[in-house]
Amino acid sequence: MSEPTKAPPAAAGRAATKKELPEHFKAYKHVWVFIEQERGQVHPVSWELMGAGRKLADKLKVDLAAVVIGPPGEAVQHAAAESFCYGADLAYIVADGVLTDYRNEAYTKALTDVVNTFKPEILLLGATTLGRDLAGSVATTLLTGLTADCTELDVDADGSLAATRPTFGGSLLCTIYTLNYRPQMATVRPRVMPMPDRVEKPASRIIEHKLGLVEEDIVTKVLSFIPDRDSAKSNLAYADIVVAGGLGLGSPENFQLVKGLAAVLGADFGCSRPLVQKGWVTSDRQIGQTGKTIRPKLYIAAGISGAIQHRVGVEGADLIVAINTDKNAPIFDFAHVGIVTDAIRLLPALTEAFRARLSPHSRDRIAS
Amino acid sequence: MHIVVCIKQVPDSAQIRVHPVTNTIMRQGVPTIINPYDLFALEAALQLRDKFGGEVTVLTMGPPSAEDSLRRALTYGADRAVLLTDRFFAGADTLATTYALATAIRKVSETFGAPDIVFTGKQTIDGDTAQVGPGIAKRLGLLQLTYVAKIREVDPVARTIEAERRSEGGVQVLKTKLPCLVTMLEATNEIRRGAMADALRAARAQIVTWSAKDAGVEDISKCGLKGSPTIVKRVFAPSARAEKATMVDFSSRAPADALIEELFKRQPKLEAELTTSAHGF
Ligand SMILES: Cc1cc2nc3c(=O)[nH]c(=O)nc-3n(C[C@H](O)[C@H](O)[C@H](O)COP(=O)(O)OP(=O)(O)OC[C@H]3O[C@@H](n4cnc5c(N)ncnc54)[C@H](O)[C@@H]3O)c2cc1C
Repeated sequence: MSEPTKAPPAAAGRAATKKELPEHFKAYKHVWVFIEQERGQVHPVSWELMGAGRKLADKLKVDLAAVVIGPPGEAVQHAAAESFCYGADLAYIVADGVLTDYRNEAYTKALTDVVNTFKPEILLLGATTLGRDLAGSVATTLLTGLTADCTELDVDADGSLAATRPTFGGSLLCTIYTLNYRPQMATVRPRVMPMPDRVEKPASRIIEHKLGLVEEDIVTKVLSFIPDRDSAKSNLAYADIVVAGGLGLGSPENFQLVKGLAAVLGADFGCSRPLVQKGWVTSDRQIGQTGKTIRPKLYIAAGISGAIQHRVGVEGADLIVAINTDKNAPIFDFAHVGIVTDAIRLLPALTEAFRARLSPHSRDRIAS
Repeated sequence: MHIVVCIKQVPDSAQIRVHPVTNTIMRQGVPTIINPYDLFALEAALQLRDKFGGEVTVLTMGPPSAEDSLRRALTYGADRAVLLTDRFFAGADTLATTYALATAIRKVSETFGAPDIVFTGKQTIDGDTAQVGPGIAKRLGLLQLTYVAKIREVDPVARTIEAERRSEGGVQVLKTKLPCLVTMLEATNEIRRGAMADALRAARAQIVTWSAKDAGVEDISKCGLKGSPTIVKRVFAPSARAEKATMVDFSSRAPADALIEELFKRQPKLEAELTTSAHGF
């Protein structure tokens, strides 16, 4: 009984109508983006959201603000300063030693307090592990609506946030409103929105807000942090080139062909969901609605049918190439270039052909 | 130790079809399953129960037919099942869902003893929001551990729990106090095969069934569609791309060469870009 299973418009009850906004919500203005940073590193999804937030703020003719929460020090100041280069008109900072590591209790209080004090109309967060943990707590504390994993954000004629997200396992899209509550909250997954250009700009309005918590108030303690080993970590979401394989490859051995081509192209590799379910490939390589969203310059899909749940994860790619034996496979409906052939035979040939084309010898040829 | 596991009965969405003309969901004949992520939560709960003794109560909000999923949870070894069902719950978004579930957990607590841990799956496969766990925690004032990959240790005497939580760049090892809410990550364990005795017990088991009133819901307007701040305005099919893929014709040359030729023709800059990214020679 969560959002997407809700009845379509005709059946919607009286909640579906926009009432006069309650008096205590009328002060809510401006668009905010939560700048997610962990261990001194800003998650790129935050800048992607600044790009989306800028458009909403311009349409509403209000300010775009960044909210940075973390330990006092350079990282937080730098994140706030950077937010101006990505379009912020102002930034709120909550800096306190107890915010060094992400902990739900402290971060929920920090974000809830700034919202209650400065009253944004729209609040956007990344649908990351941190963002989803925080957004759920904050929305429940504020008793407002939260639309998860949006793929599109817009402001409609009467100024309401129209948040579009996949529903029914990705087969359909739905547009969700939070008409009579404030703020209107939404999360967006990494790579769904394009990265805006960074434009050098000095930091201007920065507003610091006190947290008002001491370590003793916080029950949860961080014992340690085990970073992912770099070699094992996939950077799929941010890769320029991705080669992926699907069930059409037939066996885990054949999946090696995908890795082979990826290696020659300096690409990352991924897969469709059934391969994860079968245990052929680890889950961090899954592309799609319940996996990663990617935006590479080049995406090569071998033996992938192109189900809607896969499609939503790759639509941002500049050039989609599909290799499939079935000329009617749905992937050809959204690929840019298609080839109807056996991927198990084509992949090794393609790897060799690229190797030959891109060898140092031919590189010299291009240079001259 | 008393552990409550919230589960959801979901349509096996892999088998859902959208009506090509009306854009509505064709639910007929679509089998239902326990939300797969919830099974990892259930197994984690059963392991703790087996280690420390006590009881596992499974709880679901859903239509009367959700009883099937509760019975299935009993066959895996859960001790008790509670079905929260009422037409007032229909159309609930995550905020309204957490109101109903939190109220029911309070009632479970009064009736069968206070839970030490409330488990949920990371998210559901039909809603995909991952918001219900944190929402329940907030409403009950419980500490929360989300995206838990591993429960390292529970100390029922000191009333502490130590767990590994997935974060973006690694794993956070956290220690907090009981009672708390845990959302389990996928692939963290494997749900057991139920014992024959459990299957027999499940078939005969009395499912505790509560209406909104039975569960102690005080404000019905906070439930279901009425209690949902979010409103679904429009449901539609993703638009098809105007042009179909350019199909590579490889009648006159090897398919690999024909494909590469087509790629470089479409994106003249691609060759140069590939040369800079490529390695492994
Ligand atoms: C809630 C939900 C979430 C989901 N999330 C995701 C997700 O995040 N990502 C995802 O990918 N899927 C997801 N799915 C699954 C999705 O619906 C499809 O089942 C899945 O994408 C299909 O994977 P596939 O294309 O590899 O396999 P199939 O659908 O089996 O397609 C295999 C394709 O390979 C072709 N083929 C066969 N042999 C060859 C050959 N020798 N050479 C070339 N082609 C060949 C076939 O013609 C076919 O088109 C989700 C489903 C649900 C219900």
